[in-house]
Amino acid sequence: MQLKLTDVTKRFGDFTANNRVSLTVEPHQIHCLLGENGAGKSTLMNVLYGLYEPTSGTVEINGAPAHFSGPGDAMAAGIGMVHQHFMLVPVFTVAENVALGHESTRGMALDLNSTRARIREISDRFGFAVDPDAVVEDLPVGVQQRVEIIKALVRDAEVLILDEPTAVLTPRETDELLQIMRQLRDNGTSIVFISHKLREVRAVSDVITVIRRGEVVGRVGPETATDELAALMVGRDVSLTVAKEPSLATGAALEVRDLTVLGDNGVVLLDGVDLDVAPGEILAVAGVQGNGQTELTRALVGLEKRVSGSVRLAGRELTGLRTREVLAHGVGFVPEDRSTDGLVDSFSVAENLVLDRYRERGFAAGPSLRRRAIAEHARSEVGEYDIRAGSVDSPVATLSGGNQQKVVIARELGRPLKLFVASQPTRGVDVGSIEFIHRRIVAERDRGTAVLIVSTELDEVYALADRIAVFFHGRLMGIVGPETPRGALGRMMAGEPADAVLPPAPWDGSRSGHGDTGGPTAHDLVPSDAAPQPGSRPSHPGANVPASPRDLATEPSDDRPEGNRTA
Amino acid sequence: MSASTAPATTDQVSAPPPTELAAGDHRRTLLGTALQSVLAVVTALILGGLLIAITDEKVRHAAGYFFARPGDTLSAMWHAASGAYAAMFHGAVYNPDGATVADSLYPLTETLTVATPLILAGLGVALAFRAGLFNIGAQGQILIGATLAAWVGFSWHLPAGLHLLAVVAAGALGGAVWGGVVGLIKARTGAHEVILTIMLNYVALNLVAWLLSLPGFQREGSSNPVSPAVDGTAMFPKLLGDHFRLHWGFVVAVLATVAVAWLLERSTVGFELRAVGANPRAARTAGISVTRGFVVVMLLAGMLAGLAGTAQVAGTEHSLTSGIAASFGFDAITVALLGRSTPWGTFFAGILYGAFRAGGVTMQSMTGTNIDIVLVVQSLIVLFVALPPLITFATRRSQEVAA
Repeated sequence: MQLKLTDVTKRFGDFTANNRVSLTVEPHQIHCLLGENGAGKSTLMNVLYGLYEPTSGTVEINGAPAHFSGPGDAMAAGIGMVHQHFMLVPVFTVAENVALGHESTRGMALDLNSTRARIREISDRFGFAVDPDAVVEDLPVGVQQRVEIIKALVRDAEVLILDEPTAVLTPRETDELLQIMRQLRDNGTSIVFISHKLREVRAVSDVITVIRRGEVVGRVGPETATDELAALMVGRDVSLTVAKEPSLATGAALEVRDLTVLGDNGVVLLDGVDLDVAPGEILAVAGVQGNGQTELTRALVGLEKRVSGSVRLAGRELTGLRTREVLAHGVGFVPEDRSTDGLVDSFSVAENLVLDRYRERGFAAGPSLRRRAIAEHARSEVGEYDIRAGSVDSPVATLSGGNQQKVVIARELGRPLKLFVASQPTRGVDVGSIEFIHRRIVAERDRGTAVLIVSTELDEVYALADRIAVFFHGRLMGIVGPETPRGALGRMMAGEPADAVLPPAPWDGSRSGHGDTGGPTAHDLVPSDAAPQPGSRPSHPGANVPASPRDLATEPSDDRPEGNRTA
Repeated sequence: MSASTAPATTDQVSAPPPTELAAGDHRRTLLGTALQSVLAVVTALILGGLLIAITDEKVRHAAGYFFARPGDTLSAMWHAASGAYAAMFHGAVYNPDGATVADSLYPLTETLTVATPLILAGLGVALAFRAGLFNIGAQGQILIGATLAAWVGFSWHLPAGLHLLAVVAAGALGGAVWGGVVGLIKARTGAHEVILTIMLNYVALNLVAWLLSLPGFQREGSSNPVSPAVDGTAMFPKLLGDHFRLHWGFVVAVLATVAVAWLLERSTVGFELRAVGANPRAARTAGISVTRGFVVVMLLAGMLAGLAGTAQVAGTEHSLTSGIAASFGFDAITVALLGRSTPWGTFFAGILYGAFRAGGVTMQSMTGTNIDIVLVVQSLIVLFVALPPLITFATRRSQEVAA
């Protein structure tokens, strides 16, 4: 099926989300829509899926004009969509979820057998390995996503729209998904692949349409170089790396020992974690979301209830302190989700900039707020961090995501710190702001602050890390050097400890009595191509790692005898 | 948030234009909420007028020959509705038939008198709202505040001035305790404040009824559930002389409004409370204790309602009865709702409801329109205030048509 968009424009009030976008999706093609968050990709797909009506422009299927007044129409026309957030009922089985809304019945009874058969057929054909009778909430995220794909295929979708499908997947699951996409394409399904991750886009696409500010700015092939694609996306040359000197840090500002966090239901979320961060060092925590990183950061600032173990900052015990006291000890904290945890939407920019500082002498006189001082502070921060806001009195909800994040960063970096903890510091932020935020974080490090970054973006991890810690199922898989190849990190994220992933160093024995575990310290290792690749992509595992030139800069040194621990 | 701002929050690349747009939108919604409240009142009054007209005897008579002379029916309807509202105006604001200027303005002072407990209790509800708590318990807090105020009023005998201060403090304390308990239980156990306050209303009502059955709380030589009258020294002095019922409790209400406005907008405590109310997770992450916020705000909310009880006992009623709170505690919720939980909004909504109450009596006696119509109008106001999506929808449609 050929799908053709001609001059599609979508406006919300005065804001143009899509401006005269034209693109053609051919059969047997993976057509990638590449663009930053907020470039208008999702709006365009929602137009295509009938969720939005285009302000102007036409959609044609096989040359005939199509008009969708809702997802039902789009589905009937053969368009299926897999949303970023799955639309599945967790307590239903796969078959029930797939049947939902299209149930076949026998009298009053639900007939799931035909659905089961269809699921098995599709699952076998594409090697999905999905059991129709499994309950969805028990399935790994990657399999849940396949259920979504099956849902679309069962309804005879000829065009499949995948909206940021890899955001929730491990590297291995991502590779599997890319494989599935190729198979589907070879079977004749057209795929629209929405993403802002350059590596995946280049690996799988046949055609890449780059969107910026709601307009098509380029149509290129997958052979286009990464930096060229990035430049198209952002409209100027950006360096994905941050210029930074190697860390000369020694000692430990933050010492975490045997930190364990239990969830409300008694589930172990963080399991006996030991790690150190030196002053003036960035430790980046990599891993797929939900493996304990969030709990680690929350436990550090006293937001988790059931915590055991010890967290010491510059020799002072932090566990057991209230969040306010932890922050007062010189800890800056950027929570993972700015809109739920970092900002009060209805508060003004100025108020949000003092959300955890309003009691400081500069901002309050006794019980009363010094509103003028707060506003002045806001004006200076807005200037310094280039926060684009109508005024400092505008509610922070009226700011774009990137600017909201800058408000949080500005607030947390705006006072003297001993430890800076940031979870997903650049999530949903445009590249320009990412660069800026990264520079700020490195500057904070250079001031001698211990920095702990949690990120699911490997590019970010590589760009910032002096050392990389990987978590899996609440356990620390190891702390490795920034030169560790992507593939090795990927395997650690899937549960293999660092010493299994990285070949032992010849001088390993000499250090065995040094640390408390005696495990191989991957930091000392030279990056190796020998590390086996799951999902075996043909390219060099580090080929797209923008940080790789820096590998040499942080070659083995003995400057962190304390820091290199493996769990 | 309106549809036009939705993309702004998700869009980064095209940040500047939507940002400015959204800021304008916010101003529009602020204006919009005030406008919605006014619209709700006007619409409710119109519908109430229709109801008055339909239930009117003369209108029904004229409707009997509607098709012969429809003008009769319509003019009868107009007379019925306008007559009733005119009477209400006479009873609530200005009586043109008054012999003196003072007589003419007497209704207005009545309105302010009735509004006093409504404003105070309404502020209590509004304050809790701002911290994210739905305080249904103003009724119980008024009762306990009134009880303590009355007890100090009739059993302690202190010099003038000091006695009134003690009464006010006791009333505030009673309400604060009754509200604070809710905050404490919620903070400790996570119990829902709506259930707690509703139940504590019953507890308060029965507690007062029981107290009034004790000899110590009854008048000498009487077994009626009425407490002894409080001392003259315990009463709020009249504000405009003995001719009017209006007392210094109204000044307390004005001061309380100013204080709540300061607390919410200009104090660190108010900053915490608003943060807790608007986004408890972000507040917690920023080191603000959400549970402490619950306790503090319920203490303050109860205190304000307790002051409302004090205004009843020491302002107008002189003694404690189990009906001392009337339905002020529940009207306070609608007052806070109509006032959009802002201090001054609540103040003026309280005066409006005071006017309904004061004017409703006059309307019934002058035109024979049942006073229940006032309840209907009040209820309709709540209905319309609670239906902003409907109004928003209507206004957006009209904007789209205009554009």
